[in-house]
Amino acid sequence: MLSTFQYPKFEYIRPPEIAEGRDGHYPVIIVGAGPVGLTTAIDLAQQGQKVLLVDNDDTVSLGSRGVCYAKRALEVLDRLGCGEEMVAKGVSWNVGRTFFREEEVFSFNLCPEPDHHRPGMINLQQYYLEDYLVKRARQLPNLEMRFKHNVIGVTQGEHVATLRVETPDGACTLTTDWLVVADGARSPIRTMLGLDIEGKIFMDRFLIADVVMKAEYPTERWFWFDPPFHPNQSVLLHRQADNVWRIDFQLGWGADPETEKKPENVIPRIKAMLGDNREFELEWVSVYTFQCRRMNSFNHGRVLFVGDAAHQVSPFGARGANSGIQDADNLAWKLKLVMDGKAPATLLDTYTDERGFAADENIMNSTRSTDFITPKSAVSKTFRNAVLGLAEHYPFARALVNSGRLSVPSFFTDSCLNTPDADTFSGDMVPGAPMDDAPVVASSGGSEWLLGHLGDCFQVLHYVEDADALPPATAQALAALADAPIPVETLVVANRGAAPGGLKTLLDTHARIKARYDLEPGTTYLARPDQHVAARWRNFDAAAIRAAVARATCNA
Amino acid sequence: MALNTQTNLFEPGKRYFRAFSPGDDFYEALIDTHRDLSDEQSAMVNARLILLLANHIGDISVLREAMQIAREGV
Ligand SMILES: Cc1cc2nc3c(=O)[nH]c(=O)nc-3n(C[C@H](O)[C@H](O)[C@H](O)COP(=O)(O)OP(=O)(O)OC[C@H]3O[C@@H](n4cnc5c(N)ncnc54)[C@H](O)[C@@H]3O)c2cc1C
Repeated sequence: MLSTFQYPKFEYIRPPEIAEGRDGHYPVIIVGAGPVGLTTAIDLAQQGQKVLLVDNDDTVSLGSRGVCYAKRALEVLDRLGCGEEMVAKGVSWNVGRTFFREEEVFSFNLCPEPDHHRPGMINLQQYYLEDYLVKRARQLPNLEMRFKHNVIGVTQGEHVATLRVETPDGACTLTTDWLVVADGARSPIRTMLGLDIEGKIFMDRFLIADVVMKAEYPTERWFWFDPPFHPNQSVLLHRQADNVWRIDFQLGWGADPETEKKPENVIPRIKAMLGDNREFELEWVSVYTFQCRRMNSFNHGRVLFVGDAAHQVSPFGARGANSGIQDADNLAWKLKLVMDGKAPATLLDTYTDERGFAADENIMNSTRSTDFITPKSAVSKTFRNAVLGLAEHYPFARALVNSGRLSVPSFFTDSCLNTPDADTFSGDMVPGAPMDDAPVVASSGGSEWLLGHLGDCFQVLHYVEDADALPPATAQALAALADAPIPVETLVVANRGAAPGGLKTLLDTHARIKARYDLEPGTTYLARPDQHVAARWRNFDAAAIRAAVARATCNA
Repeated sequence: MALNTQTNLFEPGKRYFRAFSPGDDFYEALIDTHRDLSDEQSAMVNARLILLLANHIGDISVLREAMQIAREGV
């Protein structure tokens, strides 16, 4: 088949343990250089942590896997220094259209509001994502990547985990204080440790084809229920980079994967869909069955599970890699604080609490989509077709059409890290919320977006109309928040002026921060290092902020 | 009162951050109501459900409108 992408080959280097015939010890080892292992490694290394990342392969993800990367994942990648490349190469889109037989019945817009840096979604082949992450990882001197390192055994004691690693030059033993497991859905390490993952398989099969063709279809997600060219089943079409198009054909449980994969069977399906004699070439074809499942706990002593190793979803909703990237975002700052002795290990339990909640939400949404797309009983199919039939004319039915609820971040409203509101606020920026973006002009220069100034440490956003008029005593008290074992950086948000004492000022040029965060003069937000709201008040109170930081780090 | 065909589903006391959530909550509960039933049993459940909801709505002019739309194009 054709290839629009040159697979890189990462060099294998003989590890020092084998060259010198000894064991090795590392503060943190990450296994698996898929999107999630790479993201976790980069995040930790960017915070100054020495990291070893090992993978049993020497190239990026082969063939047709992840396509859609959501706004929140892009914001995390922005913080890690590779969002721009992704968006530049990817195909940005916000609109999805759903057709039933020949009619359009429903459309959605993922980002109907203006003034956000990133689009609702981009489409990009997963190998590009991994390629960019590897390039970014190479820029970090304290991040070491070792390819062709296959982990064949893992045990854990109270203080270390021990890995047996096979390389082309033989096997060696490595120990680590913390082991991050990002070895994918089959997770050999999960099995080695005798840990369970529970869930269910969907009794359906999907033909996934990546096709190279020139086409002028708009960059939108198109989904068909029961189209004339593929009766009784669904079809999904997505544009990716390099004129590659992703087409998913629902096949039903009875289909034979080996037969369906043959080009002589795939090509007529695509021709029927395109309905003209347009030229195309197959780049990759596979047949998948999907499942939804998660581990009960993502942290087990010294071992932490992230990404597909911890949880798996069906791809309707693009919640796989997108949620794994958010696992990394949630885990990295917590693990760093624990490793630095600034937070107790119980902070890692909140990684399971928060990302477990997100996994449940992802599994719930993708199960609902799958149940709508593949009704399990006659009555279920009748309801589904009734919804689709009513959707063309009646708005209430449109809202029930479910061809995939695309990846959006979870609101951790019940997290024990939140300080509950004592004051009254409107809007969605509640404690535990992923923070909304907005345009800004910063006194220090740099990003023209709020999220470009947020992340990597605890931060306070303090709003005043005129930053010039910020009382010197308040400015001093804000600046003093930086002098603590867990420092808090101040961002003064204002309509005009520049805060005294060199405090960073963000001008809310479009009044979007004010609207989205329900700001009044004096309103103060505490943001976590992963751009989530930890606490908020109507007035600045340094003691309350310190208490909220302690609570958000399990130090209370 | 005319038949409301705008989105109207919600659960008291529940806060939604995504527009699709209340409809999906309802739809899941609806499909769950039919779990493990035969087609005949499902038809009976649907009939009972319609009768219960009709009584709750009360206004027969609204019900007539709904019945008319439901029949159209089937
Ligand atoms: C058809 C399809 C479509 C999808 N579409 C989307 C989408 O649109 N959006 C989205 O977000 N997600 C999508 N996904 C899901 C996405 O591909 C996965 O969620 C994602 O790859 C998970 O990343 P990961 O890093 O957790 O695991 P993986 O990408 O599986 O990486 C695991 C890595 O660990 C390595 N490894 C495994 N065992 C060992 C070992 N013993 N020793 C050393 N290394 C080891 C492997 O070589 C691999 O590099 C899709 C998946 C499929 C199949």
